[in-house]
Amino acid sequence: MSEPLIEIKDLAFSYSARPILKSVNMTMSRGKVIAIMGGSGSGKTTLLRLIGGEVKPTAGCVKVAGQVVHKLGRNDLFRLRRKMGMLFQFGALFTDLSVFDNVAFQMREHTNLPESMIRDLVLMKLHAVGLRGAYHLMPAELSGGMARRVALARSIALDPMLIMYDEPFTGLDPISLSVIGSLIRRLTDALGMTSIVVTHDVQESLKIVDYVYFLADGVITAHGTPAEVKESVTPFVHQFVHGEEDGPVPFHYPAEMYQEDLRLETHFA
Amino acid sequence: MPKRIITSIQAIGHRVIDGIWRLGCAARFFVLVLLKSMTSFLRFTLVIREIYFVGVLSLIIILVSGLFVGMVLGLQGYETLQKYGSESAVGTLVALSLVRELGPVMSALLFASRAGSAITAEIGLMKATEQLSAMGMMAVDPIARIVAPRFWAGVISMPLLAAMFSVMGVFGGYLVAVVFIGVDEGSFWSSMQNAVDFRYDIVNGVIKSCFFGVAVTAIAVFEGFDAPPTAEGVSGATTRTVVTSALAILGLDFVLTSFMFRGVD
Amino acid sequence: MQRTIMDFWVGLFVMTGMGALLILGLKVGNLTTYNTGESYTLIGNFENIGGLKIRAPVKSAGVVVGRVTDIQFSLETYDAVVTVGINAYYRFPKDTFASILTSGLLGEQYIGLSPGGDEEMLAEGDKIMKTNSAMVLEEMVGRFLFDKAAED
Repeated sequence: MSEPLIEIKDLAFSYSARPILKSVNMTMSRGKVIAIMGGSGSGKTTLLRLIGGEVKPTAGCVKVAGQVVHKLGRNDLFRLRRKMGMLFQFGALFTDLSVFDNVAFQMREHTNLPESMIRDLVLMKLHAVGLRGAYHLMPAELSGGMARRVALARSIALDPMLIMYDEPFTGLDPISLSVIGSLIRRLTDALGMTSIVVTHDVQESLKIVDYVYFLADGVITAHGTPAEVKESVTPFVHQFVHGEEDGPVPFHYPAEMYQEDLRLETHFA
Repeated sequence: MPKRIITSIQAIGHRVIDGIWRLGCAARFFVLVLLKSMTSFLRFTLVIREIYFVGVLSLIIILVSGLFVGMVLGLQGYETLQKYGSESAVGTLVALSLVRELGPVMSALLFASRAGSAITAEIGLMKATEQLSAMGMMAVDPIARIVAPRFWAGVISMPLLAAMFSVMGVFGGYLVAVVFIGVDEGSFWSSMQNAVDFRYDIVNGVIKSCFFGVAVTAIAVFEGFDAPPTAEGVSGATTRTVVTSALAILGLDFVLTSFMFRGVD
Repeated sequence: MQRTIMDFWVGLFVMTGMGALLILGLKVGNLTTYNTGESYTLIGNFENIGGLKIRAPVKSAGVVVGRVTDIQFSLETYDAVVTVGINAYYRFPKDTFASILTSGLLGEQYIGLSPGGDEEMLAEGDKIMKTNSAMVLEEMVGRFLFDKAAED
């Protein structure tokens, strides 16, 4: 395998004194679908923002294709971002543009392609996600699953080397869910991209990914291939994969003693 | 007791510091918008699109309000002036009050509540639905692509709307004074033309509305861009746009007036 | 919304706005009788200008021929130096008489020019030699009482 596309070293990030990521180390090689799993609020989305250069790390660094992201100037960062795609949680389609214009957006902003060629390219991208017939619709007329497919078409508009998916499976019915899942796999293979999927949908993602990282308490607690993960006996991974209510991730948010909180007299004790 | 006093002093201090902090953010954002305005002028279609939304769609409310304000001015002016036997001065009264004050100020207030709030809500919603982040990730600067065209559309539309407001107002005053009440048409127009100076009154009025346009749209885009990305955040920002704009318009109006019409007449 | 429709409306909007400005200038304002730059300035010293203001009209035979552009107090002569801009179309003889008058009993004050008979005309920057101060009501009343007292 050639050099890895993304290298993350000792990455730490905190929001005004509240640490989100403490020390994250990862390497992701080209052409793979990689899942980052973790409970809600474990800093998965922040990790994506760090890779995309939207926020700067407090310590450590993210290297994409050999470049340290947070040290890039504005222009270099924008040049790098043209090679990245990002699929937001609910698609984040531009509501004032039609499906066609949404997909064409980046081509019109970044290239001088003639309109006829843009038309062909857009229809090809839409065909890849099965929505060529919906090019004239407005985002408000789309269902959640369709909107996410359009967003997927938009993010592959300039044939990026990397696509990041922020919770692509949230709020979808089982059919749309497996459609999106298989699209991620197929597009990654067909276009030779690398995909990073941030999700907490275990069953769907284990079907399509090559490698899984588990993120908890700001560090990578476990990683492995889907087969390894399913067999894992690590308590956290076991709890997460099987969706158990209590375990290393407690049901209760840390709190004072229940009795004290309720101001109960302790003379029974 | 002293502890309570200290906390209330702290609360005041906190508010003041917060306010100044926000003012600084707004100023920096404003400069950023100006610096990133090149795109708006190179791709003027973006601005034209926004002029449609902030200018053309504000037309009805501006024209109708202008007409009514002018009619009321004509009626009230006539009531008072006829006591002194100078009904013909009603033209002067209507035109001067509209061109100097009511035209720019009223249309800016209406513009803030019609177009300013819409700009804030739109940008705020785009932020809440991650459209701005998505645009940034596509290597397109949202300030250059989304904010600057809206800003310039507002700045261009405002003086035009104010001029239309004034013209409708004068027409309304004419309707009431000349057509309904029967003030002499010739003296209505000639007293108006004698009193209203092109450079002194009309140009100053246009300059005022340019300032208001900058103030209102700058506030609107800043509030939208700064809004917390939630439903309450956006609705709060929309309200703040209207309130802050109204205060800014009236305050700015006083400052501009004292510079423009100082010590004369 | 189709681009062309939007363009049409915006074009109409801008044209209407420009038209409104034009109407304001021509119909409401005095742009028709406005000629910038085509004027020459004259200076006159007045002992007392009363309530004369900048931009007050300068009239001759009741016709507005110019406007007061500046009023200063002179430290050399201890009187008021009034600068007026006269429409370049109107020429006045050297011995023109300038007096500060009041329109009506309590109306605004203006400068009245009464042309003399000199062959030479006033030009840019010239000084009007013959001036007549404003009537100040208090002075008039005072003089009247003084005269009455002298009669008795």
